[in-house]
Amino acid sequence: MAVDNAVRPSRAVRHRGALAVFLVPFAVLFTLFYLVPILYAVYQSLLTVEREGTFGPAVQVFGGLTQYIQVFQNEPFWASIGRVLLFGVVQVPIMLGLALILALLLDSPLVRGTKFFRLAFFAPYAVPAVIAAIMWGFLYSPNLSPFTAVTSNVDLLSAETVLWSIANVVTWVYVGYNMLIIYSALLSIPQEIYEAARLDGAGQFRIAWAIKIPLVVPALVLTGIFSIIGTLQLLAEPQVFQSFSSAVTSTFTPNLTIYSTASIPNISLAAAMSVVLALATFILSFTVLKLTQRRATS
Amino acid sequence: MTVTTETRALRTQGARVKPSRDGGIRESAISRAVAMAVMIVATLYFLTPLWWLFVASTKTRQEFTTTNPLWFSDFALFDNIAALIQYRDGVFLQWLANSALYAGVGAALATLIAAMAGYAIAKYSFRGRETFFNVILGGILVPATALALPLFLLFSQAGATNTIWAVLLPSLVSPFGVYLSRIYAAASVPDEIIEAARIDGAGEVRTFFTVATRLMAPALVTIFLFQFVAIWNNFFLPLIMLRDEGLFPVTLGLYVWNTQVSQIPDIRALVVIGSLLSIIPLIVTFLALQRFWQSGLANGGLK
Repeated sequence: MAVDNAVRPSRAVRHRGALAVFLVPFAVLFTLFYLVPILYAVYQSLLTVEREGTFGPAVQVFGGLTQYIQVFQNEPFWASIGRVLLFGVVQVPIMLGLALILALLLDSPLVRGTKFFRLAFFAPYAVPAVIAAIMWGFLYSPNLSPFTAVTSNVDLLSAETVLWSIANVVTWVYVGYNMLIIYSALLSIPQEIYEAARLDGAGQFRIAWAIKIPLVVPALVLTGIFSIIGTLQLLAEPQVFQSFSSAVTSTFTPNLTIYSTASIPNISLAAAMSVVLALATFILSFTVLKLTQRRATS
Repeated sequence: MTVTTETRALRTQGARVKPSRDGGIRESAISRAVAMAVMIVATLYFLTPLWWLFVASTKTRQEFTTTNPLWFSDFALFDNIAALIQYRDGVFLQWLANSALYAGVGAALATLIAAMAGYAIAKYSFRGRETFFNVILGGILVPATALALPLFLLFSQAGATNTIWAVLLPSLVSPFGVYLSRIYAAASVPDEIIEAARIDGAGEVRTFFTVATRLMAPALVTIFLFQFVAIWNNFFLPLIMLRDEGLFPVTLGLYVWNTQVSQIPDIRALVVIGSLLSIIPLIVTFLALQRFWQSGLANGGLK
């Protein structure tokens, strides 16, 4: 054994067996359930269905970019992307702003009972999106809602408002989760940093603005990227809201459009839409990452 | 050795959870009052819907629409639970059991598999290590819903849709878990301990299971919990994979019932009580494990 060590200094070679035990399970599963499906979706998106004559059997043939041309001409799909982008531009800043404010308050010496508040704000995260949407669907319904003062004046399930009613459900579920990530980042800031500011007479607001917020920017970027991904992937909430509001169509969000396209079935078009949506998600989250990194370094 | 590092970790943890409050005396009464007011309004916003759900679950069908939605009338909670359990031969209990199976087994295995990979990336040098890690990082950004449709097509070619495996197997992969384990292992498993275990004659795999997993415990609990929630909440994959009601997780089952409310009005009461029962397991799990996952998030998640 000792000789072996001396002859082969590289740990990698010595522990090849152990490395295989550690890495192979994940590598195999990741390949099967991440890489292969992605490649398969790309492959599927390049196919197109052809029939011999009007009633002939359907045959899948290579169609090049036919499906992608279809995607770009598909107005409901782009309308749904526009809808979730509008949703995200409004909902993500509100949600993250709220999460930041609550995290800063929890971290400040102004608030007592932080443990209770932390759990109270986080509790909705334990509610699955489907269940949250069902609950809020009841709360929005005029004949069931406890908030009759609101629901008798505003139809929260109409075509104009339902997008924002869904935004409220998403905000309700995820503020606490995002707050906790930001709060964890605040807790890992060494306390000594604040002492100089206190000696200079800075109040809590000033400390938060000048010291804490700049230091939690990485956490905000992380939560921001996850929120963007989540927004473009909206599915469960609008799907549930279909049974509360006729304003939620089968092409309300990109994922609903893909789901209804796949069940027609037009698998190749749905696959092409999935690829476009995944790329859009990638580009958007990458752009956010790069923009914030540049700002941080400059 | 292990014991001292653990106690030290605990102590710093305690110090972090309770930041010093000595500056508090100087804060004005107005800022305190405003801060507390914000906290209370936020609490009302987050807890009122849950309170409503609990109150609604205790009412009889007639009182559900006729009495104050935010306060109790006759307490029929247990009758409602009994009705829910009896409905369609206890299919609701089957759904809860399915969710527990998918999320419990899936998250436990996913945590183990991700922890091994993250540990190996952190503690061994091998060719292609960074490439491997970057591909996994890319995997975090792949939306789960974009995978669901091709997964369905692949499983249907293998004749495996509408089985437990169609939901369970894809949820064993947690790229975020690998990321968290790598960062946490690099920070909390000292090379000296691994060397010491080697000198004691322990194999690499045994060292991982006996020494490293203990030091990585907060990260492991965090990965388990977040994967558990992700699977429990996952809707799209079961929606397109499963046809047989007996295989549904509870979210899919309640969704299907909710779509039937207009045809079977009585089912609405079951949706309400079912929603309440389906969120209790998650809340209990979070509460029971909070000390672990909160420190896991604080130490590992964000560096």
